[in-house]
Amino acid sequence: MSLIAITEVKKRFGDVEVLKGINLDVERGEVVAIIGKSGSGKSTLLRCVNGLEMIDDGSIMVAGAQLINDDLHLKALRLKVGMIFQQFNLFPHLSAGRNVMLSQMVVKKTPAGEAEAMARRMLERVGLGHKFDAYPDQLSGGQQQRVAIARALSMQPMALLCDEITSALDPELVNEVLAVVKELAADGMTLMMVTHEMRFAREVCDRVVFMHQGRVHEIGPPEEVFGNPRTPELRQFLGAQLVV
Amino acid sequence: MMTFTLWDILRNLLLAARWTVVLSLVSFIGGGLLGMALLYLRIGKARAGRMFVLGYVELFQGTPLLMQLFLAFFGLGLFGIDVPAWLAAGLALILWTAAFLVEIWRGCVESVARGQWEASASLGMGYVQQMRYVILPQAVRVAVPPTVGFSVQVVKGTALTSIIGFVELSKAGTVVTNATFEPFTVYGLVALIYFALCWPLSKSSQILERKLNVAHRNH
Amino acid sequence: MTYRFDYSWIAEYWPVVLKGLVTTVELTLIGTLFGVALGIACAWTRSLGPRWLRPPVVAYVELIRNTPFLIQLFFIFFGLPSLGVQMTEFQAAVLAMVINLGAYSGEIIRAGIEATPRGQFEAGASLAMTRFETFRHVVLIPALQRIWPALSSQIVIVMLGSAVVSQIAAEDITFAANFIQSRTFRAFESYFLTTGLYLLLALALRQALRGVGKMLFPRRAAR
Ligand SMILES: Nc1ncnc2c1ncn2[C@@H]1O[C@H](COP(=O)(O)OP(=O)(O)OP(=O)(O)O)[C@@H](O)[C@H]1O
Ligand SMILES: [Mg+2]
Repeated sequence: MSLIAITEVKKRFGDVEVLKGINLDVERGEVVAIIGKSGSGKSTLLRCVNGLEMIDDGSIMVAGAQLINDDLHLKALRLKVGMIFQQFNLFPHLSAGRNVMLSQMVVKKTPAGEAEAMARRMLERVGLGHKFDAYPDQLSGGQQQRVAIARALSMQPMALLCDEITSALDPELVNEVLAVVKELAADGMTLMMVTHEMRFAREVCDRVVFMHQGRVHEIGPPEEVFGNPRTPELRQFLGAQLVV
Repeated sequence: MMTFTLWDILRNLLLAARWTVVLSLVSFIGGGLLGMALLYLRIGKARAGRMFVLGYVELFQGTPLLMQLFLAFFGLGLFGIDVPAWLAAGLALILWTAAFLVEIWRGCVESVARGQWEASASLGMGYVQQMRYVILPQAVRVAVPPTVGFSVQVVKGTALTSIIGFVELSKAGTVVTNATFEPFTVYGLVALIYFALCWPLSKSSQILERKLNVAHRNH
Repeated sequence: MTYRFDYSWIAEYWPVVLKGLVTTVELTLIGTLFGVALGIACAWTRSLGPRWLRPPVVAYVELIRNTPFLIQLFFIFFGLPSLGVQMTEFQAAVLAMVINLGAYSGEIIRAGIEATPRGQFEAGASLAMTRFETFRHVVLIPALQRIWPALSSQIVIVMLGSAVVSQIAAEDITFAANFIQSRTFRAFESYFLTTGLYLLLALALRQALRGVGKMLFPRRAAR
């Protein structure tokens, strides 16, 4: 069975249908890139998988946890799947280490010592072992985003959702974050990532999803999607990206 | 022993509430005028004037209004005159009100964007002209909501004058309580009358504030 | 004018003043602690709590903010006993201060909570924290940090406002001044001295609150 099963998902904001019946299965260890024009519903889809938005129709399952709007089900779902945001969203009043420790202690009731050991391991993993005591405002954007990744990893999720995690970064900081993601992918982490880094998507991803007007318009391995786009919409989108 | 109906109680309280209203108006208007004079010094060029207002504000915002009332009452007494309570009450409340209004207004003047000063200066205006034609008209718009909001504090502040013997709503509450032995009802009614006076002011301050924010966003 | 200031009574009465000072400080400390706690509870209810709880909190806040502290105090001390609630003067004074500060600080803290970037709530949620856990561990401290200056001013205002608890014979600084003037007939001097005491107390309190702020918020506010 797939790790993430998205079936016939529909989502409306008021009168506007933003997701018009999405079907997408993501296998364990798979890395899926989601591309598409602004407003095509990429973020909305990821946010639904994390339970930050509720769906109007269809179903979302992650490793047996279903998206249902109550605290218990949401918690179960979010323990399976973590999320990284464009704006990092680190907690400004906590050091990097404390950022990574907090949810372990609050949600899983992990003892402080254990949580700290985990935090140190995870920060080490993203190359920031030496920044345990630094506060978010003392870190560069790239470093903050890596702390956010460590924070999500510390909850030991089965999958990570990444929504344009390098878009808020200065160009010279993009690569340090992408390198971390690449390593995660190599370690077998399941990833769904919305990205504008086409070259990265091509290199790292197993499949690429092109979303258009709330639908999965094309899907396939990167060679096919980038090398041989079948629809004019995708061709136009890729043309506008100045890649390949 | 006399018995009092609810209406008797309410009527007595309402009659006394007139004095709460009068004293509030006097304090607010008097405090406003004094506040303007202080504001002139506070945002003026003379360092001595600014320091004076700074000290004045520190003094009146850093001590209890009740103490200011006592000092006005007994301080005026030092001049050998028999001070009526209304005089001490009015004086203290005016001084106290001015100390808060000047700070509120100063904030409003300072909230006018720097660019406005620079733009008007570049048009060759002097300090007084800048103030008169550019800064103050903008500051006044911003100042209205918090000023109305502060009037609530003035109304509530008048309650303390009962302690130096001025007969207004609170004092009437105490007197009526002593006659009826119904503190729960009487103070409940007193609170409701104050609420009826203050709440419309609070609400209009909020509404004005919201309007102002909307107007600013549309710029 | 031939009035001569006479402070000779200080030698005899300074213990009374000291006792009043201690009481005012105690009232302020307890009132602030519980008042701010109540304020946090109100702020949480109004911005994040269950909807059915909001109207009663709004009513409480509006009622307190639109009536004089003196009347709240009288209602609690003289009015409540007729419902069978008995309190000492000190207890009534503390209760009145807590209820008063609770309403004001509730509004101030609510503004701090509502200025929280949405991403903070979402980050908490994505880490499987409940709404309340997110509030408690993620939102609250930065929210308090945002409004700390306003909250500090309000606490000073409540401390100064506590002078009226002397009217129910709670033995604070003002009570001491009243007592001394009734014994010595040196009204102006005793009020003058105690006013100075309040001024110093206000300065010290502001300083102390700044220190508490430094302790609670080691980092500067978020963008
Ligand atoms: N909370 C919301 N309320 C109303 N409309 C929303 C909300 N969130 C998103 N939308 C709308 O839904 C549509 C899809 O938004 P979404 O953020 O998913 O797009 P996206 O593909 O991530 O775009 P981008 O590349 O700009 O991030 C847009 O038209 C957006 O305006
Ligand atoms: Mg998006």
